[in-house]
Amino acid sequence: MANLFKKHVNEFPSPYTVKNAVKEGSIVTKLSMLILGLGNIANKQIIKGLIYLALEVSFIAFMVMSGAHNISMLGSLGDKAAEEVWNEAKGIYEYSAGDDSLLILLYGIASLFVAVGFVLIWVSAVRSAYKADYLKKNGKHINSFADDIKDLFDKNLHKTLMTLPMLGILALSILPLIFMISMAFTNYSKDGDHLVLFDWVGLKNFAKVLNFSDSLGQSFWSVLGWTLVWAVFATGLNYILGMILAIVINRKGTRLKSFWRFCFILSIAVPQFVSLLIMRTMLQPSGAVNVLLQNMGLISQPLPFFTDPTWARVTVIVINLWVGVPYTMLQVTGILQNIPAELYEAAKVDGANAVVTFFKITLPYMLFVTTPYLITTFTGNVNNFNVIYLLSGGDPTPVGSTAGKTDLLVTWLYKLTIDQQYYNIGAVIGILTFIVLAIVSLVTYRNTGSYKNEEGFQ
Amino acid sequence: MNEKKALRSMKRKKFVTNSIVHVLLSILAVIWVFPIFWVVLTSFRAEKGSYVSSFFPKSYTLDNYKSLFTNTSVLNFPKMFTNTLIIAIFSCLISTFFVLSVSYCMSRLRFKMRKKYMNMAMILGLFPSFMSMVAVYYILKSIGLSEGAMIRVALVLVYSGAAGLQFYIAKGFFDTIPKALDEAAYIDGCTKWQVFSKVTIPLSKPIIVYTVLTSFMGPWVDFIFAKVICRANADYYTVAIGLWRMLEREYIDKWYTCFAAGAVCISIPIAILFIFMQRFYTDGLSGAVKG
Repeated sequence: MANLFKKHVNEFPSPYTVKNAVKEGSIVTKLSMLILGLGNIANKQIIKGLIYLALEVSFIAFMVMSGAHNISMLGSLGDKAAEEVWNEAKGIYEYSAGDDSLLILLYGIASLFVAVGFVLIWVSAVRSAYKADYLKKNGKHINSFADDIKDLFDKNLHKTLMTLPMLGILALSILPLIFMISMAFTNYSKDGDHLVLFDWVGLKNFAKVLNFSDSLGQSFWSVLGWTLVWAVFATGLNYILGMILAIVINRKGTRLKSFWRFCFILSIAVPQFVSLLIMRTMLQPSGAVNVLLQNMGLISQPLPFFTDPTWARVTVIVINLWVGVPYTMLQVTGILQNIPAELYEAAKVDGANAVVTFFKITLPYMLFVTTPYLITTFTGNVNNFNVIYLLSGGDPTPVGSTAGKTDLLVTWLYKLTIDQQYYNIGAVIGILTFIVLAIVSLVTYRNTGSYKNEEGFQ
Repeated sequence: MNEKKALRSMKRKKFVTNSIVHVLLSILAVIWVFPIFWVVLTSFRAEKGSYVSSFFPKSYTLDNYKSLFTNTSVLNFPKMFTNTLIIAIFSCLISTFFVLSVSYCMSRLRFKMRKKYMNMAMILGLFPSFMSMVAVYYILKSIGLSEGAMIRVALVLVYSGAAGLQFYIAKGFFDTIPKALDEAAYIDGCTKWQVFSKVTIPLSKPIIVYTVLTSFMGPWVDFIFAKVICRANADYYTVAIGLWRMLEREYIDKWYTCFAAGAVCISIPIAILFIFMQRFYTDGLSGAVKG
């Protein structure tokens, strides 16, 4: 835990900070805190200076036109409902445009993003002005615009390469995530008709979800329990069975190694949603499996694969084995061959049989090497939407409940938002899932060798 | 004499274990191949509907494939196919570029935001990926990408926009390229860009192929995002939504065997790509320059 809060040391110190600019900068530098780019223009970096100035002008224009208004609306999220208004000229009732809290929230957050972005631009402009000023005072070379461009492909290559991917992440990952997280603190749901206009409600949704005596809270705790059981079983069984399969295929006496491997890999190669949909139809009461078993006379009634809670839970875990075991086999084959052969020979001399060697040598070695992989798989299984949604759809669902017996937190989240429009509760579930996963993986991950000693093999 | 006996009994024991292992593997292989075999059978089945009375079809036909590609009035499979192809090509180009640039920066360049970026990527990876899906839809809607032909642009953005977060595998690969190569190039007067484009990229064929293929396959196999973004615009459906719809209550009786045919059509190219890619995948994990 201690190194979680390790103090960060700045590895890349620079003398051109805003603090120094305030303390030691010339009057032009200080003026460029108001008029961005002034310091650059004064030192013949005209294009760079003009770019900064243009950015400032467009930011101010944006703020005046809509940004400031957007941010100011964030507090109330709008309260003007759409009303019927009598239109004299046309002789009909028309709807006046009311406030749409969702759009207000979205535009408000986006405007906040722009504002934060501008602060960063401002810092960079002040530092750049101070740098030009400082270099001039010391009689050093000041980069021309051509030099700057050249630097973008050499010293500052990371800026060139990272800008577009970073913009993509900001717009399509971080912005939506913050938008969703903020929904958790509102009453945006069909409950009480808050789908157009909604308000901030603070932590009320969290209290509701975590409350044992509320029906929602009971659903949450039972879904959380099943999610953890599922993740542990799905991860552990897949890992061990996949490893045993790899060992069995790799052992000396086995013939046709690549043929067996091909059979199992074939099932990964088929797109997951296709194979899962096939499985689902095969396991229906009148699907292929039941028909086959009934024709053979083994059963008289169709087996309740997705209608009985216990059957359904076991079924999804077993089918997940079908999906996951070949993956594990593929991934551990290489690592298994790296285990030093001497270990096995020594064990053989000592008279250990296959089971003992597996538990005393193979498993500990593999656990040591593949802990990060296990954490990723565990996270993946907690968020394993496809298997549950495509197979059982969370069913069987008790009457009057929003969550089914095989629903994971993620599939429940999906149902709550997309199907039932409890957006705020869905967002709370998402945040709680994140907290559970963060605690599990951050602590484990930061204690693994591959994080602490990242460049050990370079 | 005794020695011979012991040897024979050992041989026999070995034979027994080997037989058990092979029988076990055959049973497992049958379990694993069974659903795939069954869908291929169904795609050739002449009788319609999802309720089967026998395991093997009573008669075989190619009509399911024919009607999949010609019967376009309700579910237009050829159109879904072209939609998916277009989306896959563009999102593959963008995400390959994103993944390679980010992983190169993470692996080879040292700058202030590097560790922070990696931590951020890890934290973002812990959120359920479609938790923000509804929000993404509203964002795309507010910039006018939710109607008409722009849906394709929206899907390309959804599949490739945040690709910069998927840098782990490619970074691991770049990490294995010896730094001495870079340093030699710097001594010869190369800029960082030249090292990236003339030293690292030519050495990274396996991981480039891997990245290209995985990102190309994404749109073919995802259906959740496509469903949320497309909503009811059937003209812009991808094959995944199409196949899903064929199993909905109102279509399943008529379309079930066509679903099987469609599944076979999609699976064959993807299976070939995957088996081809698997070689690069293991190569990618084992490093670029062999000793």
